[in-house]
Amino acid sequence: MAFGFFKSLIQKFSGKPVDWDELEESLIRADLGVPMMTRIMTALQGREDAEKLTAETVVKVAREEIIKVLPRDSVTLRPLASKTKVILVVGVNGTGKTTSTAKLAYFLQRKGHSVMLAAADTFRAAAIEQLGVWAERLNIDIVKGQYNSDPAALCYEAYQSADRKNVEFLICDTAGRLHTKTNLMGELGKVKRVLAKADAQAPHETLLVVDATTGGNALQQAKEFHAATGLTGVIVTKLDGSGKGGCVVAIQNELGIPTRFIGTGEKMEDLAFFESRQFVEQML
Amino acid sequence: MFSLLADKLQDVFKDLRGHGKITETNITDAMRAVRMALLEADVEFNVAKGFIARVKEKALGEEVLRGVHPGQQIVKIFHDELTALLGGDNEPLNLEKPARIMMVGLNGAGKTTSSAKLAMWLKKQGKAPLLIACDLHRPAAIEQLATLARQVGVPCFTPPPGEKDVLKVGRLAADWAKEQPGNVQIYDTAGRQEIDEPLIQEIKALREFLQPQEVLLVADAATGQQAVSVATHFHQALNITGLVLTKLDGDARGGAALSMRQVTQRPIKFAGIGEKLDQFEPFFPDRLAGRILGMGDIIGLVEKA
Ligand SMILES: Nc1nc2c(ncn2[C@@H]2O[C@H](COP(=O)(O)OP(=O)(O)OP(=O)(O)O)[C@@H](O)[C@H]2O)c(=O)[nH]1
Ligand SMILES: Nc1nc2c(ncn2[C@@H]2O[C@H](COP(=O)(O)OP(=O)(O)OP(=O)(O)O)[C@@H](O)[C@H]2O)c(=O)[nH]1
Ligand SMILES: [Mg+2]
Ligand SMILES: [Mg+2]
Repeated sequence: MAFGFFKSLIQKFSGKPVDWDELEESLIRADLGVPMMTRIMTALQGREDAEKLTAETVVKVAREEIIKVLPRDSVTLRPLASKTKVILVVGVNGTGKTTSTAKLAYFLQRKGHSVMLAAADTFRAAAIEQLGVWAERLNIDIVKGQYNSDPAALCYEAYQSADRKNVEFLICDTAGRLHTKTNLMGELGKVKRVLAKADAQAPHETLLVVDATTGGNALQQAKEFHAATGLTGVIVTKLDGSGKGGCVVAIQNELGIPTRFIGTGEKMEDLAFFESRQFVEQML
Repeated sequence: MFSLLADKLQDVFKDLRGHGKITETNITDAMRAVRMALLEADVEFNVAKGFIARVKEKALGEEVLRGVHPGQQIVKIFHDELTALLGGDNEPLNLEKPARIMMVGLNGAGKTTSSAKLAMWLKKQGKAPLLIACDLHRPAAIEQLATLARQVGVPCFTPPPGEKDVLKVGRLAADWAKEQPGNVQIYDTAGRQEIDEPLIQEIKALREFLQPQEVLLVADAATGQQAVSVATHFHQALNITGLVLTKLDGDARGGAALSMRQVTQRPIKFAGIGEKLDQFEPFFPDRLAGRILGMGDIIGLVEKA
């Protein structure tokens, strides 16, 4: 588990003077990004007692600095009064978009909401079948199209269907794409524009799925997806692995995009709201 | 185009140009800049530290060339060293009979896609590859491989519907392969986290049964500091024979590859450079070295001087 990063810090430093190199190492290991790391180091080195810091102080200061950066309250997902709320799920290849789409549907379902899925990855082999299996497991409606058909048109069609049936949430799974590919990023822009024709505010949420094992590139991913689609949040996945998910701190710190959900496994129930205090205490 | 790193180092070495040697005192700041650059490229902390210490030895005492920024010169030293490290003992695939290749790695790294790409690449080399679906876990994983196999035009083994025992599937597949005209078997396996003990035990058992000639760890070029943990655990459990680095068509710097190479001492054999099945090639160490250091054409500049 990713847990216990700070615990190992405490063990390392307890009873000894602070080894700055080692401290820096521990912070870098968390993929917090160099600016965040520098920020914590500066905060520590600027203290009057910098020469004789205890491990507990180090941990406290580091946590405080990270907490300062993260949002205090998590924004919940509420349905709209009389319209379908559209959630667009985006990200680079293989981060966990399709799985997170299913998990999010289950999450909302459990809260008593009605949900519909749109299989808007019309590109990757068996992507439609993959989401189809999930829809069947969850027993929810899914709108599917043909492979290589236009994802924007499919999302539009799904919106019409969801709206007609008074479904509260429509979650659109999209194909993985690297943020460096302008044509594919443009395709996402089109999905947004076409959805906006149905409801000027749609998609109401655009969530970027980020893999917790990702290093510095996560920030670049967030930057480009934000520019192309206007992100409203991040889902960080695979926190059941050894990745610390520190990259979401960097994304918040440097771009101001909040993390909304965490994924901790491959099963439908492995999704939870992101709680910054808990995240910092348990995961970092 | 100068590299970011060389630009930074240029300031550090302002006064050294054309008259001086690289010494312990004037190199310290430079080494810090290099270390930061490596960390920003996702090279693991300890790997970066060790690497820098070794290269520093080499750089000390070198004459700073006329007409070249010392920063560029240092970067060149690092580049050459990095290339050597990334490319050392690059062997071709071991295709001795029964020529079984197992693809393993974290969830979503690119195993299934790389399995199909490898099949296509082998086919182009005149081999007759077979694709074998052993991911009984992910929804539609079998369908994914079967679709890709059709696109490549190679036979694909698909497990009986509902089968959950991967060893049994391995056994069935190995028997199936004997009846096929193909001569290289590529086993696609389910993604797993390296610290998920039950799943690691499961794949370990499959490896022991199959006795493959190649066990390739497929890794995403954007992997962060956990690369060392990932490579160490997979290597300990499976004794991997090589690495496949995927998604190099993005802008991830790919420093994780250095860490993985270092802790496993296994060559990086292939690179994935796109989603399409032909976007796959043997690995070029010098390109990745340049990328990790974030450099443009410094090598040419330094060599001309
Ligand atoms: N361990 C773990 N695995 C996860 C998690 N989320 C997703 N996965 C796995 O990651 C792999 C990729 O997930 P997908 O949902 O297919 O990813 P994707 O982003 O839709 O992939 P593309 O559509 O190909 O870009 C699958 O093996 C999932 O089971 C998580 O929180 N933990
Ligand atoms: N851009 C790009 N995408 C790639 C590359 N290799 C794989 N992908 C994409 O990455 C995503 C995940 O690939 P898969 O082959 O499904 O990964 P996997 O390791 O089999 O995933 P699991 O079986 O769920 O663990 C897909 O969207 C692929 O198209 C590559 O070299 N470049
Ligand atoms: Mg998907
Ligand atoms: Mg797969």
